[in-house]
Amino acid sequence: MTRVSLTTTLRDERLRPWVLLAPTLIVVGGLFGGALVQAGLGSVRPVRGAASSGVTLDAYRALLADPELPRSFALTVYLATASTLLAVVLGLGAALLLRRAAGRSRLVTAAFQLPLPIPHVVGALAVLALLGQSGLVSRVAGALGVVDGTAQFPALVFDPWAIGILVEYTWKEVPFIGIVALALLRSARVREHEQAARSLGAGGWQRLRHVTLPLVLPGVLSAAAIVFAFTFGAFEVPLLLGRSFPEALPVVAYRHHVDVDLASGPQAVALSLVMALIAFACVGAAMALARRRVRRD
Amino acid sequence: MASSRQLMAEPTRVAAPASAGRHPGDAAGRAWLRRVVVALLLVTLLLPLLPLAVSSVGQGYFFPQVVPETIGLRALRLILAPGAETWPALIDTVVLAGTVTLVALVIALPAGRALGLYRFRGRHTVEFLLLAPVLVPPIAVAIGLHGALLRVGLTGSMAGVVLVHLVPVLPYVVLVLAGTFANLDPDYEAQARSLGAGPVAVFRTVTLPAIAPGLATAAFFGFLVSWGQYALTLVIGGGQVVTLPILLFASASGGDTAVTSALAIFTAAPALLLLAVNAWAVTGRAVPIGGVR
Repeated sequence: MTRVSLTTTLRDERLRPWVLLAPTLIVVGGLFGGALVQAGLGSVRPVRGAASSGVTLDAYRALLADPELPRSFALTVYLATASTLLAVVLGLGAALLLRRAAGRSRLVTAAFQLPLPIPHVVGALAVLALLGQSGLVSRVAGALGVVDGTAQFPALVFDPWAIGILVEYTWKEVPFIGIVALALLRSARVREHEQAARSLGAGGWQRLRHVTLPLVLPGVLSAAAIVFAFTFGAFEVPLLLGRSFPEALPVVAYRHHVDVDLASGPQAVALSLVMALIAFACVGAAMALARRRVRRD
Repeated sequence: MASSRQLMAEPTRVAAPASAGRHPGDAAGRAWLRRVVVALLLVTLLLPLLPLAVSSVGQGYFFPQVVPETIGLRALRLILAPGAETWPALIDTVVLAGTVTLVALVIALPAGRALGLYRFRGRHTVEFLLLAPVLVPPIAVAIGLHGALLRVGLTGSMAGVVLVHLVPVLPYVVLVLAGTFANLDPDYEAQARSLGAGPVAVFRTVTLPAIAPGLATAAFFGFLVSWGQYALTLVIGGGQVVTLPILLFASASGGDTAVTSALAIFTAAPALLLLAVNAWAVTGRAVPIGGVR
């Protein structure tokens, strides 16, 4: 009996996609949804031995009362915004350039993608070896007599403007944005519109501004949202290249997580949850914006 | 990723503009300039790896030497010695990334088919929800899951780390496979069926050959996403699962710069090798590997 109904269910074309999606939705929902629910519950659970029982907002209150947190938040938003802008502008520029100059050359495209598969831990150490005060650039400056010792070389890593972190993110994300943009630029849709604009007498700059960019921007915006979310939540790069104060939010969350103080645990999950919601909200807004642009065009 | 399908499109050569400049010499000059800028761009992208390579072979490499006075293989010998920590870390990383990829492919195959071949209400919602785990900070996912995994005894174990690695890997694999299935013509399968082929035979002789390049790309994605993970492994592995990124981080806080540099190159090498293979042999497409982080 059950077997019959199961086969009928599997044959039902409307239900078919959901049956196929079920394993993925169960695993992603269970793990990811589970993480969010666990964080939600853990953040309002009273600490053992505390006076209050049931539900408490102590963890959130403690976070709000933390005088260092606003600066961490500002640093994290700055890192994500600056690196996303850099990646979009440079990535889009590189894509426009590569389309004209590289043609179909696989070698150039492959070399352009080089930073993508390199783990961020490696990227961060590479930036340290390049821009740190005893890094290669500093050594070249020293050998040329521009600086006299490592201390004279400007702090580009562990610095207030987090230049080292921005360089690492830009290095990794320019190829990401660039490859996405390049795929869009090479699509038939963009090519046909450009040809139509040219036959109507539009110049190079006019074509770029009024035809090419509006066509690729929605896709690039989606990719930019991914970059923003990633740089907002990345942990190992600010840990390796950032200053100890203020620390990026993911690093603060991790410090709370490993802190032996019992009250720290709920704060770690509360902060994790807040970061997740912020990342969500930003990306949701960017995606909605991208979709609206697509519809309008 | 609304544009996932466009991303998979075969890049086509854009016809060179007929009249790039008003004078022929002008156009040639600009083309030459563009080539120089491209070369500069590629050099800039390669540049950060250079100091790592130099410092990995440097001995007594003090400021302001640009090229080390003595070049030696001490660091390489240390990390490649038979008893070095590198080897168990390499095995852990490969086993982890391999298992995660395999599990993800099996789970994602039907999901990719559903998203690629079916038009149904809620498809866009599912696609957005699948992106969610990629967008939320991994450290937040790890801290959120830590309590639950601790209770069932999965923290500090390979199985627990495999589970949490699925959170970022599975969505990417599903989305790549969805793009692959979108290009599959289900009529071929129907023809095979009408000729009497069973489900297994249809999959093996019709579906699998058609999706093989996409499957390879998805596996490549999944493997590299898992390979580079640090935060998830650190929090859930709790020091028991030592992958190459974990070992590298520990070495970076240790002090021997040459060893750390050599280990960094060792950690990046398989990724670069895979990239080369993917770029040249498997598909030759402009595949964004943005999931790799």
